[in-house]
Amino acid sequence: MADSSIASANSPLYAGRRRRNAIAKGLALAATIFGLGWLVLILGILLYKGIGGLSLSVFTEMTPPPGSAGGLLNAIAGSLVMTILAVLIGTPIGVLAGTYLAEYGRHDKLSSVVRFINDILLSAPSIVIGLFIYEIMVAPMGHFSGWAGAVALAVIVIPVVVRTTEDMLTLVPDTLREAAASIGLPRAHMIVRIAYRAAQAGIVTGILLAIARISGETAPLLFTALNNQFWSMNMNAPMPSLPVVIFQFALSPYEEWQKLAWTGALLITVTVLALSIIARSLTSARKSS
Amino acid sequence: MAAGERDVSEVVLKGTTVTASEAASRSAVLKRLRLTDTIFHGLTRTAALTVLALLSGVIIALVIGAAPALGTFGFSFFFDETWNPVTEKFGALAPIYGTLVTSAIAMLIAVPVGLMVAFFLTELCPMVLRRPIGIAIELLAGIPSIIYGIWGLFVFAPFLQQHVQPFFIDTFENVPLLSTLFAGPPYGIGMFTAGLILAIMVLPFVTSISRDVFDAVPPVLKEAAYGVGCTTWEVFRYVVLPFTRVGVIGGFMLGLGRALGETMAVTFVIGNAHHVSASLFAPGTTISASIANEFTEAVGDLYTSSLIALGLILFFITFCVLAMARYMLMRLEKRVG
Repeated sequence: MADSSIASANSPLYAGRRRRNAIAKGLALAATIFGLGWLVLILGILLYKGIGGLSLSVFTEMTPPPGSAGGLLNAIAGSLVMTILAVLIGTPIGVLAGTYLAEYGRHDKLSSVVRFINDILLSAPSIVIGLFIYEIMVAPMGHFSGWAGAVALAVIVIPVVVRTTEDMLTLVPDTLREAAASIGLPRAHMIVRIAYRAAQAGIVTGILLAIARISGETAPLLFTALNNQFWSMNMNAPMPSLPVVIFQFALSPYEEWQKLAWTGALLITVTVLALSIIARSLTSARKSS
Repeated sequence: MAAGERDVSEVVLKGTTVTASEAASRSAVLKRLRLTDTIFHGLTRTAALTVLALLSGVIIALVIGAAPALGTFGFSFFFDETWNPVTEKFGALAPIYGTLVTSAIAMLIAVPVGLMVAFFLTELCPMVLRRPIGIAIELLAGIPSIIYGIWGLFVFAPFLQQHVQPFFIDTFENVPLLSTLFAGPPYGIGMFTAGLILAIMVLPFVTSISRDVFDAVPPVLKEAAYGVGCTTWEVFRYVVLPFTRVGVIGGFMLGLGRALGETMAVTFVIGNAHHVSASLFAPGTTISASIANEFTEAVGDLYTSSLIALGLILFFITFCVLAMARYMLMRLEKRVG
C-alpha cells in the first residue's frame, strides 16, 4: 500500500492531473482579468472622452443645431420627467402585484403563471415594448408623445419591481405575520403595517434598480417619445431624452454633436452606476444589521 | 383568514359583557377592516393580472400590426432576402440571419469565459476579493447598452478595423472555410464587431448566474470530492458542473435571450445592410437594429407592418429561449431547495 501511494505521487497520471489543474486555474484568472479589463477600458475611455465636454453649458443650454455648441438641458429634463412618470405609473402596479405573489397567492396556480410571465417580461427585448406602445398609443393618437415614452418605460419598470417586491416580502419571517394575525390584525393591515415595513429597504432597492434600468433605455423611446430639438414639457408632444439624443448625435457627422454624445453618455453611466451602488448598499446594510 | 376573524369576534362578544352600542361599533370596525382587506386583496390581484395582460397585450398588438405584412408575403417573408422600401418588397431573412450569427458569436465567447470567471469567483478567489469582483462584474451588466454602442462605434470598431481584422484576413487567406468567414475588406463595423460587443454585454449575465448556481452546490459534495483527492479543477469539472448543469444552461439561455434582443449596442456597429453574407466582417443587420434604424422613417403601411412583423419574430424567438431558460432554472431550484 505504501508503495502504491509513493508511486502515484510521482506517476505521470498524477502529474498530468496537477498540470491540468494549474492550467485551469490560470485560465480562470485570465478570464477574470479579461472580464474586468472591459469594465476598466469602457469606463476609462468614457471618462476620457466625456469629461472634456463637461461644462456648465451642458446643463444650461439646449441641444444645438448642427455645427454649433450647446448643451443637453432639454434632453436631461425630458429624461427626468419621463423617468419620474414611468416610476409613478409602474411602481404601484409592481409593488401590488409583487404583494399578491408573496402574500395572498404564494402557492396559487395564478401566481406561478404570473411569476413565469413576469420573468419573461423582465428580459424581453425592450425594442418590442417600444413597438407595443407604438401600436396601442402612438398609432391611435396619431402622434409621438412624452406620455407614450413614459408608459413604455413604465412597462419596463413593472417586472423589475414585481420581482424584487416578491423576493423581499418572501424574506420577511412568517412569525411576524403570525404575531400580527394573532392579535386580530386583518391581512391587508398586516401587509401594509408589518410586512412592508420589514421589507422596506428591499422594495426601495427594487425601485432604484428599476430607475437605473430605464435611465439608459433608448430602444423603447425611439418611436414613442421620439425626440425634440427644443425645450418641451408638453407630454402630448414629442419629447427629447438623453439616450435618444446620444443616439442621434453619435451617429451624426458633426464633431460638436459627437462630443455632446460622449458627455451625455458619461452622465447616464454615472447616474446608473451611482443608483446601482446606492441600491446595493441599502440591501447590504439591511442584511448586516 | 376571514373565517378566523369571525371566530375571534364571536369569542369576544360571548366572553365579555358589552353594551349594545359598544358591540355595534365593534362590529362596524370589524366590517370596515374586512372591507379594506377585501379591497386590498382585489387590488393586488388586479395588479398581478395586469402583468399577464401586459404580455398578452404585447403579443396581440404585434400580431395585429404584423398581419398586413405576413398576409401579403406569406411564408416567403421568412426566407426572402429582399428588403426594398421603394418597390415595397420585404423579406426577413437578412435580419434573422444577422441576429442568429451575432448572438452565436457572442455566446461562443461569453460562455467559456463566463464559466471560467464563475469558477474563479467560487473556488479560487480569496474571500476578501470575492464581493468586490462580483460587484464589478454586475456593474458591467448595469451599463446601458447605448454606452456599449457609442464605445463600439468610436473606439472598438476602428481598433478592429486597423489591427484585428487585417490580421485575420491575411492569416486565413488560404485556409478553405475560414477564408470565406473572414473575407475582407475590413470595414470595422459589421457582424463580427457586433458579436464581440454582444459577448462583452452577455458576459456578466452568464457569470453572475453561473456563480449563483455554483454557490448553491452543497459543500458536503465538494468536500467529499476533495476528500478522495480530487484537484480543484476536478471538483469543478466532475462535481460542481454536473450538479448544476441545468441551471448553468438556463443561465446561458438567459444570456442568449439578452443577446438576441439587444438593440442599441448592435445598431451602432452592425452597418444596417440587408444582405446575407458569408463573411463575418461584412456589414449586416439584425432584427432589432432594423427596427431601431428604420421604424421612424418607414413610410407606408406595408413597410411599418413588415418591421412590426420582424418584432413579432424576435419576440417569438426570445420568448421560447427565455421560457426554456426559466424552466431549467426552476428545475434546478427545486432540486436544491
